[in-house]
Amino acid sequence: MVHWSVTRVIAVIVAALGLLGTVAVVSAGPASAEGEAIQGTLRDLAGAPVVGVTITVSNDGGFSDSSVSDAEGAWAVEVPGPGAYSVLLDEDTLPDGTTPPTVNPITTSADPGTPRFINFRLGERERNVQSRWDRAAQLSVEGLRFGLVLALAAVGLSLIYGTTGLTNFAHGEIMTFGAISTWFFNVNLGINLIGAAVLGVITAGVFGWAQERGLWRPLRKRGTGLIAMMIVSIGFALALANTYLIIFGGASRPYADYDSQAGIEFGPVSLTPKDMISMVIAAVILAIAGLALLKTRMGKATRAVADNPALAASSGIDVDRVIMVVWISGAALAGLGGVMLAMTQQVSYLMGTQTLLLIFAAVTLGGLGTAFGALVGSLVVGMLIQLSTLWINPELKNVGALLVMIIVLMVRPQGILGRRSRVG
Amino acid sequence: MDWGFIFTTSMSAAIGISAIVFCLGAIGLNIQFGYTGLLNFGQAAFLAVAGYGLATTVTTLGLNFWLGIVVGMAATVVLAVILGIPTLRLRADYLAIVTIAAAEILRLTLRSVAFKDTFGGSDGLQQFSDAFYKLNPISPGAYDFGPFKYNEKSWWVIIVGWSLVAVWTLLVFLLMRSPFGRVLRGIREDEDAVRSLGKNVYWYKMQALILGGLGGAFAGFMLALGQSAVSPDAYATNLTFLIYVVLIIGGAARVFGPILGALIFSFLFQFVDVVLDQAVNTGLITFITSTQAAQIRLVMVGVGLMLLMIYRPQGILGDRKELQLDAR
Amino acid sequence: MRADQSMNTSRDAAVAALADLPREPGVSKPDPILIADNVVRRFGGLTAVDVDHVEVQRGAITALIGPNGAGKTTFFNLLTGFDKVDEGEWTYNGKAIQGVPPYKVARMGMVRTFQLTKVLTRLTVIENMRLGATGQRGERVLPSVIRALWSGQEREITERADDLLRRFKLDAKREDFAGSLSGGQRKLLEMARSLMVNPELVMLDEPMAGVNPALTQSLLGHVKDLRELGMTVLFVEHDMDMVRDISDWVIVMAQGKIIAEGPPHEVMADTRVIDAYLGAHHDQSLAEIAEEEGLDVAGEILDTDGGVQT
Ligand SMILES: Nc1ncnc2c1ncn2[C@@H]1O[C@H](COP(=O)(O)OP(=O)(O)OP(=O)(O)O)[C@@H](O)[C@H]1O
Ligand SMILES: [Mg+2]
Repeated sequence: MVHWSVTRVIAVIVAALGLLGTVAVVSAGPASAEGEAIQGTLRDLAGAPVVGVTITVSNDGGFSDSSVSDAEGAWAVEVPGPGAYSVLLDEDTLPDGTTPPTVNPITTSADPGTPRFINFRLGERERNVQSRWDRAAQLSVEGLRFGLVLALAAVGLSLIYGTTGLTNFAHGEIMTFGAISTWFFNVNLGINLIGAAVLGVITAGVFGWAQERGLWRPLRKRGTGLIAMMIVSIGFALALANTYLIIFGGASRPYADYDSQAGIEFGPVSLTPKDMISMVIAAVILAIAGLALLKTRMGKATRAVADNPALAASSGIDVDRVIMVVWISGAALAGLGGVMLAMTQQVSYLMGTQTLLLIFAAVTLGGLGTAFGALVGSLVVGMLIQLSTLWINPELKNVGALLVMIIVLMVRPQGILGRRSRVG
Repeated sequence: MDWGFIFTTSMSAAIGISAIVFCLGAIGLNIQFGYTGLLNFGQAAFLAVAGYGLATTVTTLGLNFWLGIVVGMAATVVLAVILGIPTLRLRADYLAIVTIAAAEILRLTLRSVAFKDTFGGSDGLQQFSDAFYKLNPISPGAYDFGPFKYNEKSWWVIIVGWSLVAVWTLLVFLLMRSPFGRVLRGIREDEDAVRSLGKNVYWYKMQALILGGLGGAFAGFMLALGQSAVSPDAYATNLTFLIYVVLIIGGAARVFGPILGALIFSFLFQFVDVVLDQAVNTGLITFITSTQAAQIRLVMVGVGLMLLMIYRPQGILGDRKELQLDAR
Repeated sequence: MRADQSMNTSRDAAVAALADLPREPGVSKPDPILIADNVVRRFGGLTAVDVDHVEVQRGAITALIGPNGAGKTTFFNLLTGFDKVDEGEWTYNGKAIQGVPPYKVARMGMVRTFQLTKVLTRLTVIENMRLGATGQRGERVLPSVIRALWSGQEREITERADDLLRRFKLDAKREDFAGSLSGGQRKLLEMARSLMVNPELVMLDEPMAGVNPALTQSLLGHVKDLRELGMTVLFVEHDMDMVRDISDWVIVMAQGKIIAEGPPHEVMADTRVIDAYLGAHHDQSLAEIAEEEGLDVAGEILDTDGGVQT
């Protein structure tokens, strides 16, 4: 078998990504440097324009500009170029009696040369006069859905940590990878989303294989320390996310199929068919993964390696093979999580990066290194984030989840299901 | 390609405001990560707290500039204590996750609509740096020293900034050659061993976190003053990562590591940018746009960090002999 | 405080003080430095330590022996504050110290070493030693900046450290990184470093594991010297010759409990001890050993795969 040096692999990965990037850019045609704007029209439920509301558009690079809605309710902000922007409606400037939008700020991206339209949905809460319990029910279902997305990513992250000790900061990028490659199959190649998702998940698995084979295994063989590997993963995440930006652009883009489905009402809860189906798929796949871990030889071997790699090796388990299986399946699961996430919030180059911290929160809550802990932690975090919006401003919902993680760690430093490591 | 221009802008960037910010941030991180082994991934939060402490005091509350500096420093100490109490008992990797989370909590809070009146939402705050620039003895104009080209305001920032760097470097040197530094380095190697020798490890880690946080605070002041503005998204996690890159280039646990790292990193970052930009504009490279050229830089930073960590984790100033120990 | 001064050596004093005690687990000693009551530590379903009562005689060398997984290291961890008990209390020099953090325990003069050595890899040998000294002015952040405030004390500490290094035959390695030492040398360094704390009670977890026989002899001498200097030694060891040679009293642990106590030659003749420890493993199945070591998952695999039949 060919021995791949780390440098060569990194070079190959970067070159391959670069090549993809050029192809994507060339196919996108010449990009115009001007004319990017973010704009919209504010109307209330009755369709009447909402006048005099301040809307601020800003980005990570320090750009910030605002616009006030005119007599038609129209507003527009010129932005310096394509990329991700945050659009914030100043709720204090809304006329009395208008309920603020549920999503605020809206994160979006400007496409080269074309204005992007943003619609704040005002008065949404007035439309369905929901009781708190009804909202709680709806949010629980959404929380469950998000929890499943997190779980898909968290199980892999946790098992990789358990078997190799790596705290992988590039795990979010695997989610993005799955979502973006699915997008390519779906939009560029015209494959139906279901087929595209299967291909995307497989690609993500292959990506996991390539990472382990080309990067992490050689690093382990060189005896690179765990903290050094963690910093390597940070570098990898940085490189990947920006490569996605170059290839895919800063825009959020939807899949070609099932983009806007109408919700079906179940009592107080409204769910789209695609949400239901993807939740069922996620739950089934997680159940299969859990069973595999409990019942199959490979699953037992995985737990043995997580328990004590040296002992597992000496009792005849092929540790490298176990780790490879963990990487491939962990990456495939994360890829699926990415696709599911993209179905609700569209595909963007930063989606994984932005979710990573929540995955960490989930894994940490459950106890690093335990797959079932990760599952429990994910569902807790997912629910918590959604339900907390009953009381706190949605823009701060992640703050709540992260705070809870910190507090749990204060009380139980080893996480909910984790074990204390021994001294001496 | 105008190589003269490329050289002067890159050289200017090497000593410029962002180099100073990286350098002071990395000096603080060096105390925490380099010497004590604390994986603080929330260094950006220390910069933010100091910058916002200053800006809020002056702009929002309308109080004195120097009081703002004091408030900024006090806020950093408070942040270190709040962050330290739950995290310093945790294993290293948990500490990393918690500090990153804390920095993100802080950023989201600073930019939230709920506190817009105090912190200015995603716009941040401006107009707090007049008192600083009033002290500037340099008369208006552009001044060139060799390859370094700046106007009087920037020179003032640069002089103050690098003086702070000098003071902090001296402080780190004095601290780390003393028995105090020995305890910190011991904790980095094995905190249980140090505990078994009767040292209050928790308290030492707290002191390292506070000291390093204060280093970060000065980086935060310089960033805020250099730009005459604070805005929440300038303190995203990427800032912490870049500070790590700077520290690791120079060499962790080396007194001069942060300085060398900051100079080299800032030079290269600018250099690549200008070279790519010129290559695109002169038609030398046709398959990317100049926006993409800027993005390629970050890919290179990522790959660079990986290669550095794999092949030269001790950085430029690191000790090979020390490194060989890790292989055991 | 110390036992009868009319005796020639501390050894005679210790032996005499312990001579007439009943040979039963948990027997009370004439002058105990450490008294533990009802100390329990569970890991999930496993009770690693369950000690009803034990006392350690001041000024004596006490050995703590027992099969692998008996709970000796865990007991050390509990006593020195590195691990938290589920139940129990203990006193050191008459002071209740359960819940006291490890560093305070060490400062009170109860210093331990670790079975898996903890040398500070990227510090030199002499730096490792210096770190052991307590009450250093230069370890406080403000005075540390001014060298004049601590350089005198540093010199004294260095002298003491060099002296110990010579005794432990590590003086040639003085300027080397501790990480470059061999396994045995690390054991020595760790022991020497613990003495820098000026302990009253030294707790050594397998101090001789991996040390070559010639050096063992001279180390045994050092341990005996500690007793002559008025220190109390409690050590864990699997090497029965060493236990027989230097200990005044032996405590036997098995499955978390103290099962026997007595002078070395008597304890080693005890059939319960032989059953539990010396001869037991010969007819124990591999799977049982694996289980005892807490490696149940691996054991399960061995079983299901049929890889190892016992
Ligand atoms: N942190 C822990 N988590 C779970 N089990 C533990 C932990 N620490 C110790 N144990 C278990 O407690 C039991 C006692 O372990 P301990 O290390 O105290 O044994 P020991 O007597 O020192 O053995 P040896 O002579 O091999 O050093 C063992 O079964 C061990 O597996
Ligand atoms: Mg032991």
